[in-house]
Amino acid sequence: MPIYLDNAATTKPAPAVIEAITEALSRHYGNPSSLHRMGLEAQLMVDDARKTIAGALGTEKDCILFTSGATESSNLALRSAAAVYGRRKKHIITSAVEHASVRSTIDALEQQGYTVTRVKPDENGVFQAKDFLDAVTPDTFLVSVMLAENETGRILPVQKLFRMLQKKYPDIIRHCDVVQAFMKLPVSVSDLPADLLSMSAHKIHGPKGCGALYIRKGIRMQSIVTGGKQEKGIRPGTEASPLIAGFGAAVKLMQPTIAERYAYVSELRALLLEKLGELPYITLNSDPEGSPYIVNFSVKGIRSEIMLHFLEDEGIYVSSGSACSKGVQSGVLGAYNIPDAQADCALRVSFSEETTAAEIDALIAAIEKGQATLIHKK
Amino acid sequence: MKEVILVKYGEMALKGLNKGSFEDVLFKNIKYRLRPLGQFAYSGAQSTIYVEPLDDSINLDEVISRLQKVFGIATLCRACVCEKDFDDIRTKALTYLEEAFETASSFKVEAKRADKSFPMKSPDICRELGGALAEAFPDVCVDVHNPDVTVMVDIRDTHAYVYAGKIRGAGGLPLGTSGKAMLLLSGGIDSPVAGYMMAKRGIRVSAIHFVSPPYTSDRARLKVEQLCEKMTDYCGDMHFYCVPFTEIQEQLKRRCPEEFFTILMRRMMMLIAQEIAKKEEALALITGESVGQVASQTIQAMVCTDAVCKCPVFRPCIGMDKTEIIEIARKINTFDISIQPYEDCCTVFTPRHPKIRPQLEAIEAAQEKGHFEEMIERAVAGTECKTFRVGQ
Repeated sequence: MPIYLDNAATTKPAPAVIEAITEALSRHYGNPSSLHRMGLEAQLMVDDARKTIAGALGTEKDCILFTSGATESSNLALRSAAAVYGRRKKHIITSAVEHASVRSTIDALEQQGYTVTRVKPDENGVFQAKDFLDAVTPDTFLVSVMLAENETGRILPVQKLFRMLQKKYPDIIRHCDVVQAFMKLPVSVSDLPADLLSMSAHKIHGPKGCGALYIRKGIRMQSIVTGGKQEKGIRPGTEASPLIAGFGAAVKLMQPTIAERYAYVSELRALLLEKLGELPYITLNSDPEGSPYIVNFSVKGIRSEIMLHFLEDEGIYVSSGSACSKGVQSGVLGAYNIPDAQADCALRVSFSEETTAAEIDALIAAIEKGQATLIHKK
Repeated sequence: MKEVILVKYGEMALKGLNKGSFEDVLFKNIKYRLRPLGQFAYSGAQSTIYVEPLDDSINLDEVISRLQKVFGIATLCRACVCEKDFDDIRTKALTYLEEAFETASSFKVEAKRADKSFPMKSPDICRELGGALAEAFPDVCVDVHNPDVTVMVDIRDTHAYVYAGKIRGAGGLPLGTSGKAMLLLSGGIDSPVAGYMMAKRGIRVSAIHFVSPPYTSDRARLKVEQLCEKMTDYCGDMHFYCVPFTEIQEQLKRRCPEEFFTILMRRMMMLIAQEIAKKEEALALITGESVGQVASQTIQAMVCTDAVCKCPVFRPCIGMDKTEIIEIARKINTFDISIQPYEDCCTVFTPRHPKIRPQLEAIEAAQEKGHFEEMIERAVAGTECKTFRVGQ
């Protein structure tokens, strides 16, 4: 059995999810837009998933739009916001640690003439809501900040920020990428007053190729692709009904156990941190206050990729912390003032509720073995 | 209308008494390359090979595209087959050339009469056919200096052939006429180009690649296998040898001065490649080195690496700039694969300050200390071989 500790990259689809998808593919294969009964069946199936996801966020089903994944959700959210709300106002605020789907989309908008402020953490590597608020100008129309950052698991003060924005600048559009938080941390639209939220199915034991965008009532949208009337014409194209059914099944399964899993995974993290603490060559890159699902650390002198492949030979799957290739880093670790040499050696371990304490013991043993046998960088 | 492809040799035609054996190999190579596309009839005469499709469903564009990658061919012509009778030539030419004339604004006719018994002389053929074409396509005028389309009429032994223009072939000599060599394939841009250049001179190429798991990944190896597969377009079927190199690299890192690491590693690679070459009956090694490109590619460094070589080492890129190498890499479609960013065994342990002008004595002394003999034997024994076939 592989020891899979890369759950922030993707998760193993749950049996109930596979069942829902198989059922949809083999029996409810009608086009949700078809007028006949088979079409209706497929539509009801999509609506059921929509209701489930809306319920999980504490909102109504009309506010949920299905996409091909979080990358598309964020593209749609940001590009639509720019097209509708960014005509006169041109300023966007975001964080310096966003996932590529948001970062690159905002870079593209910048190329088109928008101005962008990328807020950095303070000298201790902590983001302050006030820093984002201070960046607001009369020209600001959009703020996009992620909730749980995907490389180190740091939690950004989005809740506080969005509440302050809602009070002080209600006209500014608030988008949040909750991919690493949805179904892992409690996320509801009453606590997190966002206008737009990006979610993904495959990070929560659902299928790849499916995501959702929460759109608060009253937010005007403009599609980024043209086509038919599906998803209110905002996201044309036949709905991926089998994948959507799988997404719904995943949320149904995960929603009742958010608190329980959070507590369990927190214990796992405590165990891992304790064991890592005993190894003198380990430096922690994560914030102990961050999401318990993600732990990022560096093994001194052994480059991420090398340790990753070593662990893979031991049957343990992790991620290279900064996904750097040939010296090109994502820059996220750098944003926290983590030195390059340390970032080069970063590993990301990410849990699911299926992770066991024995697997963490195996990880520690393998790291010790690797550290002892692998050639070090001087 | 029956079409054939006229395959004309390049420098092979200049070979003296050996010409026949070169022709045989070229014939075999062409047949092998076209076999997956269907049935063809082949015949040869007057330094030309006639390739005639025997099946209407054969896509001649695909045939041309494959033949363009066969070494030993100077030019290719896609021609219409006519009776040796001027009326037939004229009638067929008018229909056959319609497509070529649609987009042209000027033309000229050239005729070659290999069969001197044909009643009309070449200038007469040009004049008569030119007149007929000018009449049939009034928008396309005659321009003998700089025409858009050059119509060729070839009067040969059994038939006449009409075609519009020549297509450049790959040049060089037929694969296999110059023996076999072993290419050190790293995954970078240069080595596939080096392999291609030697294959062009008729050398059958086998590739050898060194892997150092866990310092290099499965993806890096897969990338090199993709490169090798792509190279078969030009190089034909290739053997691919994959050498386990971790133990030697770790030993080098532990036992030898850091500044000598790359040179010593290159020497190890050469030693192993020669052993595999022996098994493969390859008589030379090929590398993608270019003078001065990196620290291990200085003349002094090459002296040190070549000191372990008992066979010639071909370095066809030696005098080329990176931009020139990239141009060829793009042409042979290996560039996009080469630039995938996976770590290979040459880069994992790169020293901070490699020795640029190493002395052979110092390098040899350093190598002594490593006691590599058994490790080299183990690496050779652990080498895996795969075959990549053209058109797979």
